[in-house]
Amino acid sequence: MVEVKKKLKTLGEDVLKDINQRKNPDIDIPIRSLSNVIYDEKTKQLTLGNKVSKRYLFNVAHAKRFMQTMLVAALCKELQKENIHTSLRDLFYALKRTLPNSNENTFDEQRESDPIIVDLEVMLDILREQLHLNADVRGRVVGNAVIKDRGDLINLGKLGSGGWAIPSNVENLTLKRVNAKYILVIEKNAAFERLHEDKFWKKQKCILVTTQGQAARGPRRLIQRLSMEYKLPVYVFTDADSYGWYIYSVLKYGSISLAHISERLGCPNAKFIGLTISDIDEFKLEDFTIKTKDVDIKRAREMLKYDWFKHPAWQKELKLMIKRKIKAELEALSGRGLRFMTEVYLPRKIKKKEFLP
Amino acid sequence: MVENPGKTAQEMARDHREVAVSEFFEKNRHLLGYDNPTKALLTVVKELVDNSLDACEEARILPRVWIEIKPDGADRFRVMVKDNGPGMTDKQIPLALGKLLYGSKFFKLRQSRGTQGIGASGTILYSQLTTGKPTTLIASTGNGKTSYYEIMIDVKKNEPEIVSHQFIEDGKIWHGMKVEMTIEGRYVESRKSVPEYIRQVAIANPYANITFDGPNEKVEFPRSANELPPLPKEIKPHPYGVELGILRRMLKSSKSRTVASFLTNDFSRIGNGSAKEICKLADIDSKISPQRLEITDTEKLFKAMQKTKLIRPPTDCLSPLGEDLLIKGLKKEFKAEFFDSVTRPPEVYRGNPFQIEVAVAYGGELPQEGSIKVLRITNRVPLLYQEGDCAITKSIITTDWRRYGLSQSGRSIPVGPAVIVVHLASVWVPYISESKQAIASYPVIIKEIKLALQEIGRKLQRHVSGKRKAEMQKKRREIFDRYLPEVAKAVGKLTDKKPEPILNKLKGIVKNYAKVSEDGRGKEKTENSG
Repeated sequence: MVEVKKKLKTLGEDVLKDINQRKNPDIDIPIRSLSNVIYDEKTKQLTLGNKVSKRYLFNVAHAKRFMQTMLVAALCKELQKENIHTSLRDLFYALKRTLPNSNENTFDEQRESDPIIVDLEVMLDILREQLHLNADVRGRVVGNAVIKDRGDLINLGKLGSGGWAIPSNVENLTLKRVNAKYILVIEKNAAFERLHEDKFWKKQKCILVTTQGQAARGPRRLIQRLSMEYKLPVYVFTDADSYGWYIYSVLKYGSISLAHISERLGCPNAKFIGLTISDIDEFKLEDFTIKTKDVDIKRAREMLKYDWFKHPAWQKELKLMIKRKIKAELEALSGRGLRFMTEVYLPRKIKKKEFLP
Repeated sequence: MVENPGKTAQEMARDHREVAVSEFFEKNRHLLGYDNPTKALLTVVKELVDNSLDACEEARILPRVWIEIKPDGADRFRVMVKDNGPGMTDKQIPLALGKLLYGSKFFKLRQSRGTQGIGASGTILYSQLTTGKPTTLIASTGNGKTSYYEIMIDVKKNEPEIVSHQFIEDGKIWHGMKVEMTIEGRYVESRKSVPEYIRQVAIANPYANITFDGPNEKVEFPRSANELPPLPKEIKPHPYGVELGILRRMLKSSKSRTVASFLTNDFSRIGNGSAKEICKLADIDSKISPQRLEITDTEKLFKAMQKTKLIRPPTDCLSPLGEDLLIKGLKKEFKAEFFDSVTRPPEVYRGNPFQIEVAVAYGGELPQEGSIKVLRITNRVPLLYQEGDCAITKSIITTDWRRYGLSQSGRSIPVGPAVIVVHLASVWVPYISESKQAIASYPVIIKEIKLALQEIGRKLQRHVSGKRKAEMQKKRREIFDRYLPEVAKAVGKLTDKKPEPILNKLKGIVKNYAKVSEDGRGKEKTENSG
């Protein structure tokens, strides 16, 4: 971790140099928006371009964020020195205070400190985990596998009804024994619980992971490691709507906002198992669909333009959704019977290898 | 049935009689500002105060005026106005105040407050009309004798009716005049009220010391200047400003022997050459007596006077307050941060010289919200009513104040922390009615007011933009100053150095970066992609 410490110190020294030369101190921050995100066809990953924005201390529009960046960096340096970890939320509270002689706080909401941490990651080319910062725990896993975490051996098949909560930092886990044919990643907790209760993972010899919505970094990294270290295919199971599909694309290619670490989080070999709009006819789900809202359609139109959704199969699904103005949640399958998902839908899709790329 | 027969011409002639001006007033009191009890009380105070100030100024005495208003039963007030003016001789007193249209001012053209000789006697008439009581007049010229009168006005004859007359010989030496009367009225303290009027009088006459003892409070308005503005000169009428009727009256009462000498003696700006030219153009004999001029010839003469090219009337007859006095008046009553004024050169409308002065007060403790305060003043008399019909209001709302740092929506009074005073000085102010509350909208008057407003607007704009710039700079500085200690501490931690020297260095350079440029924007380096 000497490298991280050194990078933080260099950041401070660059600013100090400007101050000593009576210059307006500035820091360079790579831009993290669609305009600076490149989809690499070869690696099937989203990567960051080289556009940079400058953040100045003496610019009314930048001054506060400049100060906030320095505060976060200074705290990260302390974490390194003391060799302790903290959560994003703790960091926010550790830095939040009212500035002397004013009504202004250093930070008002965690929404302000979180992006600054990402700024630092990108600027210094280090990971949040390396800065000793953990996100809130989200996502669970069950399956026929044994792992070792902080010295404890954990059998992911013997954790009762709840499964194992995936920590935000899985870098230091060891995957001891894995006996599975594939990894099934499920967007929603309810579907995960159904499959778990039906012992789907035992019958199908697979590992079940729920992301509980948009996947956090811990589950993404765990899925990547399982898939890479044991050569397991990854199947992603989400709602049939633009948001569900985008969750899939983040797992596979990376996200726009974290394009700088796609390499460490993406699963380029992941495949989409369902639901699709075509499934609605295929599995007679018409009665259980939901009408789209304007935002769904708007999002679908945006996604039509993303390079990583240019595959004809995806273009077809997106256009179908826009045309028919319907979407379906995983729960739609329960409309056909409570075990329809476990006994009919998933086995059939896997058997016939009906996947979307 | 026999129809009721009509009156014969003889009978009708019998019914015709001369209506005395006082009788006319009695029936048409609204024309003179007595339409309602609130306005009537204000008009009484206004007329008496006008008289006092005019008298003092003419005698070159720094005015000291006492005003007292006390309730006297339901809807009645006792009004007293006293001054330190020259006073009046004993004989003059009842005539000067007890007869309408009697006065020194009517046939003269000179800038003064009253002009018609109705004002003060009108108040006496109003008093007797509403309460039936006589008015008390007390005056002394400083000779140790004080005259005491109680008078009423004989409405039919337009003559004073002396109820009581005596001399008070208490050995007191003083000069001045005191008028005391009981009237019907209503006392309010709103925007258009006696206290507001007196306050504006104090602003327009900063060299006057006024004491106001009202029903609810006693207020002193000390003088803020110790010099009187110069006494306006009297001028003869200019031919362009004369009406046919007045011309006829002037011909009748002229002492000149010939029309030519009448023209040169009784008018300004007519010399022998112009007099001959006018007579030639009118096709009349310049040597005949003015009294013997036929009506048709009078008309021809009138038209010829209008057509002949003449020099504009002299303008040294005007006595503006001056930029200095205007500002002194404003400063006395408003706690603002910026004061300025503009005096335009004299101009002429229909042969009458006039001059516009404008002053502004801005910021400070003036209210930020709501419309600006507009003070309309003519010959140092504030106008409170009929603002919508007044040339001053019209000029203000048609000026684009957004250019000058005030907000304004469409054609309306601008909004902002400002007071604007517009003073029109003239030998003959063209009021739209006899109650003298609004100036008629002659194009040249509007033009002059607007030019003055624009000039003061530019001065105001310079102040406002300078102030904005300073405020902006201060705000930027505050933002930076707030963050600097945090930045210093954090950079100190990152570099393993003490924060104090870093903070001191930052404090040393913040000044350079807090500056704003002329357009009020920061010298920012902005986002820079590459």
